[in-house]
Amino acid sequence: MSFGAIAGASGLDVWQTQALSLGMFTGASQFALVGVLGAGGGALVAVLTALLLGARNSLYALSLRPFLASSASTPWWQLLLRAQITIDESTAMAIRYPEGSRQARHAFWATGIAIFVLWNLGTLIGALGAAALEDPRTLGLDAAVPAGFIALLWPRLRDRSTIALALVSAAVAMALVPFLQPGLPVLSAALVALVAERLLARRAP
Amino acid sequence: MIWPAVIIGSLGAYLLKLSGYVIPERVLESQRLRRLTALLPVALLAALVAVQTFSTGTQLQVDARIAGLAAAIVALFLRAPFLVVVIVAAITAAVLRATGLAT
Repeated sequence: MSFGAIAGASGLDVWQTQALSLGMFTGASQFALVGVLGAGGGALVAVLTALLLGARNSLYALSLRPFLASSASTPWWQLLLRAQITIDESTAMAIRYPEGSRQARHAFWATGIAIFVLWNLGTLIGALGAAALEDPRTLGLDAAVPAGFIALLWPRLRDRSTIALALVSAAVAMALVPFLQPGLPVLSAALVALVAERLLARRAP
Repeated sequence: MIWPAVIIGSLGAYLLKLSGYVIPERVLESQRLRRLTALLPVALLAALVAVQTFSTGTQLQVDARIAGLAAAIVALFLRAPFLVVVIVAAITAAVLRATGLAT
């Protein structure tokens, strides 16, 4: 629901908003795409930010391989469906069960499909609601955008180094706002992450 | 420019998901890639929080969104679920604007 409302407040129509929930179907990337577009950023920058955020799904799929039926023995249409519902929640539920077990497969599909349906219904309700508003600011929808991002960020702040990375990224992006086109300051945080990775690599054995 | 972003973004996100199932495992197994994909969401989401709270276009701007963010953080400390966090922030900003305490 929050995604539909926020996308509507960012200038997407109901169809575009719904297409994102059906097609992209990965929360953080969807919020990022509409956030960058809503702030006046270009399409290319918006897509790049969304895909950098979505790259983790690729590793989820990788870690799910031993839990689900092998890719080679799975019908192609099932593999295509499986890919679409590979997100934080379905991965987290599946890997709680033994590798290759029926429960793991069941948890993956049940969670993925349930969230797909609920997420898309919620999007539709939120988008229709936002479309009925004249000025989304009076309802504070512009304040809902950063709140959504910090709620997505919160569970990832596990230790001191990730908190430090978050603070530095936020500071760098803000400092660049007056000098770069909208969208690019956020993308610059990817460079901060690259530097952080090198620093962590040096510390780790 | 919205439709191209929606379509290309969706296609790209899907291919990323699919790649994890079909690309040979060793390609994706580097430690470096693993660390980076864990760090990227933290950096990008933090930057999004800052920019969406404190800026309008290419200008830094302080308004009711800050109060909304503060309320969201309080809600997160209280372990509120996602939708509640978002609604609390929106209501906080809306009330401040309606009462004329902030723009």
